[in-house]
Amino acid sequence: MKVYVEVIASFDVNGEVNPLSLKWEDGRIYEIDKILDVRPTASLKGGGAGTRYLVRINGQERYLFCEAQNVMNRHSFCRWFIEK
Amino acid sequence: MRKILHIDLNNFYASVECLHDPDLKNVPLAVCGSTELRHGIVLAKNNLAKSYGIKTGDVIWEAKNKCKSLVTVLPDFSLYLRFSMLARHIYEDYTDKIEPFGIDECWLDVTESEKLFGSALDIAESIRKRIKDELGLTVSIGVSFNKIYAKLGSDYKKPDAITVIDENNYKDIVYPLPVKQLLYVGRATYNKLNAIGIKTIGDLAEAPSTLLKEKFGVVGEYLKTFASGQDDKPVKKKSAVSVVKSVGNSITTARDMQSYKDVEVVINLLADSVAGRLRDYKLKASTVSIYVRSNDLNTKSFQCKMPYNCSSSEIQEFAMKLFKANYKPPFKFRSIGVKASGLKEFEQLYVQLDIFDVARIEKQEALEKAMDKIRSRFGYNSVKKGILKLDEELTEFVNPKEEHIIHPISFLKG
Repeated sequence: MKVYVEVIASFDVNGEVNPLSLKWEDGRIYEIDKILDVRPTASLKGGGAGTRYLVRINGQERYLFCEAQNVMNRHSFCRWFIEK
Repeated sequence: MRKILHIDLNNFYASVECLHDPDLKNVPLAVCGSTELRHGIVLAKNNLAKSYGIKTGDVIWEAKNKCKSLVTVLPDFSLYLRFSMLARHIYEDYTDKIEPFGIDECWLDVTESEKLFGSALDIAESIRKRIKDELGLTVSIGVSFNKIYAKLGSDYKKPDAITVIDENNYKDIVYPLPVKQLLYVGRATYNKLNAIGIKTIGDLAEAPSTLLKEKFGVVGEYLKTFASGQDDKPVKKKSAVSVVKSVGNSITTARDMQSYKDVEVVINLLADSVAGRLRDYKLKASTVSIYVRSNDLNTKSFQCKMPYNCSSSEIQEFAMKLFKANYKPPFKFRSIGVKASGLKEFEQLYVQLDIFDVARIEKQEALEKAMDKIRSRFGYNSVKKGILKLDEELTEFVNPKEEHIIHPISFLKG
């Protein structure tokens, strides 16, 4: 299953996107301490495919997926989710 | 010797659906057109559904008879196009000679890439692994020295497999295959080949050229070169934009067309989209053809000449004339298509104008240009011809100009 989450991210001048913090289902906000790895990957547990960020939050490692949206819709860029 | 890969995304539509909803992985699944709009046939199925004997092209009730628990979903073409593009991006890391064959197949020429990325087999293995990791899909890849054998290789073992057909083993792998599997051997050709005792690809490769030429004409020669691995058609470069030779569109309507009025409504819709696409490509056409398919799935087509133009009303007029010349009510048609060919670019075209008719033609052109502009800003359906309101059941589909952009491609074209 996937849980979509709200993310605050930075966009650098090269268009690279880095997530800074995320808001979990219960409303708590988690700062992302470090991004350890970024690669395009399919999410077999959650479904779909996108860019997978391996992030460190409070000393624990989690996968955070950025799923590109339908190319035809210009207002929606991507959605973020975590596999559960 | 060239090194060519043919990559086939396995059960493409069904695999993408399963990837997006992991629950579908463990049930027999078929992606089917809408029954209400009478597009209700199986477009793709997963391996579980395949094990029940369900085939692409089965009507939904037929498929459900074979497997009671079959789950069907409607196709999501924009999603499939996205995954097709993502796969294409991966191929682009290895070569710029990529030629798509439909939405889920591609040829890659990696002859020059071997110095950078290792042998063709290494490249195939790396692509197979990346598609699996990055997109969650499986591919079957054929590695060979020509396009035809590469395609046979990707069909030879699937899913998630690589087959190498080289100059040492092709007689063992390709020659025993039934001749039906060869590209361009359809049902009619197959029956004719069978009648002269050609059953396998090997039989075809070794058949005398004179016999094939006598029976099949030029196509006979093609078939022999295909079968014997001598096909030398290049894989087209990504940048080589194919020259448009015809522009056409067709639909299967939600109910049968039974009167001239019905047909006129649908032809209007199709002519409008064909003319719009001609203007996009900056082309004018000199031939109109129509295609009609009756309820028993018999198909016929007719064509006629017209003065060069790209106006929807002219195309509609000639298409309708063609139809009326060939059919009188009562009739029942399930599907109809309009195609414009004999194309020339605006700039290369000098037309003798009719002095009395200039004003009318200019007015019509201005009107259609204005419609194009409105549509590009507010969407295809923001402006429509009044006639389409006569019977909305017949014209019920969203955007005829952009929705139907996944076409089968002819191998011999160009």
